[in-house]
Amino acid sequence: MIHTLVVYVEDKPGVLNRVASLFRRRAFNIESLTVGHTEQPGVSRMTIVIDGTQTNVERVEQNLYKLVNVLRVDDVSSVPAVVRDLALVKVKANARTRPEILQLAHIFRARIVDASKTTLILEVTGDENKIEATLDLLRPFGIVEMVRTGVVAMVRGPGRIDSAEVASWSSAARKPAAEQEGDSGINHSV
Amino acid sequence: MQLKGAQVIWECLVREGVDVVFGYPGGAILPAYDAMLDYPIHHVLVRHEQGATHMADGYARASGKVGVAVATSGPGATNMVTGIATAMMDSIPIVCITGQVGSKVIGTDAFQETDVTGITLPITKHNFLVTHAEDIAEAIREAFFIAKSGRQGPVLVDITKDAQQSTAEFEWDDTPVRLPGYRPQYRPLPEVVQHAMDLIKKAQRPLILAGHAVVTSNARREVLEFAEKTDTPVAMTLLGLGGIPASHPLNLGMMGMHGESWVNNAIQQADLLLAFGMRFDDRVTGNLKTYAVNAKKIHIEIDPSEIHKNVKVDVGIVGDLRETLLELLPYVPETKHTEWRAHIDSMKGEVAVRDIQFLPDSGHLYAAHVINDLWRLTKGQAVIVTDVGQHQMWEAQYYRHEQPRTLITSGGLGTMGFALPAAIGAKFARPDADIWAIVGDGGFQMTAAELSTAAQENIKVNVAVINNGYLGMVRQWQEFFYERRYAATPLRNPDFVKLAEAHGLAGIRVTQRADIPSAYEAALAEKGTVVIDFRVEQEDSVFPMVPAGADLEAMIRRPTSLAETAADP
Repeated sequence: MIHTLVVYVEDKPGVLNRVASLFRRRAFNIESLTVGHTEQPGVSRMTIVIDGTQTNVERVEQNLYKLVNVLRVDDVSSVPAVVRDLALVKVKANARTRPEILQLAHIFRARIVDASKTTLILEVTGDENKIEATLDLLRPFGIVEMVRTGVVAMVRGPGRIDSAEVASWSSAARKPAAEQEGDSGINHSV
Repeated sequence: MQLKGAQVIWECLVREGVDVVFGYPGGAILPAYDAMLDYPIHHVLVRHEQGATHMADGYARASGKVGVAVATSGPGATNMVTGIATAMMDSIPIVCITGQVGSKVIGTDAFQETDVTGITLPITKHNFLVTHAEDIAEAIREAFFIAKSGRQGPVLVDITKDAQQSTAEFEWDDTPVRLPGYRPQYRPLPEVVQHAMDLIKKAQRPLILAGHAVVTSNARREVLEFAEKTDTPVAMTLLGLGGIPASHPLNLGMMGMHGESWVNNAIQQADLLLAFGMRFDDRVTGNLKTYAVNAKKIHIEIDPSEIHKNVKVDVGIVGDLRETLLELLPYVPETKHTEWRAHIDSMKGEVAVRDIQFLPDSGHLYAAHVINDLWRLTKGQAVIVTDVGQHQMWEAQYYRHEQPRTLITSGGLGTMGFALPAAIGAKFARPDADIWAIVGDGGFQMTAAELSTAAQENIKVNVAVINNGYLGMVRQWQEFFYERRYAATPLRNPDFVKLAEAHGLAGIRVTQRADIPSAYEAALAEKGTVVIDFRVEQEDSVFPMVPAGADLEAMIRRPTSLAETAADP
């Protein structure tokens, strides 16, 4: 089973390295990993996708918690969640194939974000299955280039976490105002 | 007050209760060394930074306090790696402070620059790179807090030279450290405690597996109370030894690869294993598929990631061992397991006749006899620091430890070269104690340069070199599993007596058992560090032995007569 973990981490330089290093040395496999800011300064959010048949997800969670900069780990696989991946796909297109590609784009609610005489760029958003399905249908036209962002996920409804909890983790909230901006000088690893 | 970053380091260390550090100066840490002279901290100049980390480690293990090692950037820091990894594997609280090149040149391959936070990331509990003077205090405070709380471990603080040189406002923050992502769980959850109680009440053949936590969480009294109240025998891990007295009637002794067969057989026959702060290392379980298949298992462990890691357990209790036992004790029933204990005793009796300690030496000097005699002569009261290999296992078998923190040994990493520097560190923690480093001739030479440190510091540690002219444990494996093809195991050693004398220290040679007591007396009479070169039987092996990965019952038994242990037929 594919597991999607939402991981809150302190926004410190090197925190991505700590997480990646953990996966490497414990021989855990990552299917995808994304990281970005949250609504709270000082707190970042990772979405990590793991294949549960290859990697023991409980061990991943427990080991993530051993990292001092990891604030919270939620496995959202068994709860209703919005899971999205975004792909940019550059496909070969000519006067003959263009209408067919546009039709496919319409079916998958993909957006055409660039067009040239010989190519089109499609922006597809959705879960893994939808993107895979889109790619399968585009492949016969000739995929020139493709890039995916990796999965991000959010639990539907009020969820298990509120902004007050996230705010309480913020190192910015713990520090005097003067230090809130810019480089704090402590890098939890480079 | 306004202070230089270099001064802030020592202000913090003094407030953390540090009075001795082990280190080696160099360019990037020079500002800190200059400031050090104005603070009431004794600095021990080591001969190699690995020695500094092992000394900090030995100090921490002997005292229960945090040990501190200091080094410069680049090679100074990389030389610490083995010592840090040793402390990590055995959960030892040390703080390593390293100098780093100036923050402006980080990433430019500057002279003696190395990415030490990157290098030590997988072998520290946490690490910090500090580039501003005003952040030094917070980093050091958090480093000590992380090192000594939860599952203890090494923390490294890398401080750039410009952070040491610049000035910042220093105000000591003595409020509790708050780290939102770091919340060790000390008290167990009530529902799991209840579940454990159900298993404890049903058990007919229970067995406690006592690990390092008995020592580190000061749970001696609680473990004994639990064992006595429930009449449950106790098997010890290597790092657990001394946690409860060896002479206690419920203490069976060491389990695992070189444990006694009655201990391993008891594990295999038990119907309930109570794992008290141990981690089911491969050296104690042997083949996991056949490990204690008949037993329910309760695992009390401060680190949640250890539960179900190697052995699937029925009840995993996350908590500090002592706190957890305090919760359990009021509810555990007073029981008797007379039959079970009589059964274990019967296994014991059968094995004891094979024990080398009761057999004559027949003119040979056996390492087991040396260690057993040292135990008698020191009345079991010495602090023993071992290196790694055969002598380490003989120590575990033949030196019976009554007190916690009297056996200091590198268990998880198995670091050769550990003993001498760790013994020096232990001496600083326990200046009045009789400290013995028991080392092999191989491991001794890895860090023998620290004899100079002992001489310069004018401290007394007794070094017993178990000298068999081989890398003995490797030789033993070659004998058992590689048809006695002794690839790279014979050693041509220097004269260890002369080596001691070259350091201005006393050296003594012992070649027969009858001379052990007089050598011991001579060592005691010396004011300074003494090296005793015990020229033991060359091709002796440690028995019994479970081959790596084999079933626990499949022990290579101790031969029935000494003739079988002797070298060549």
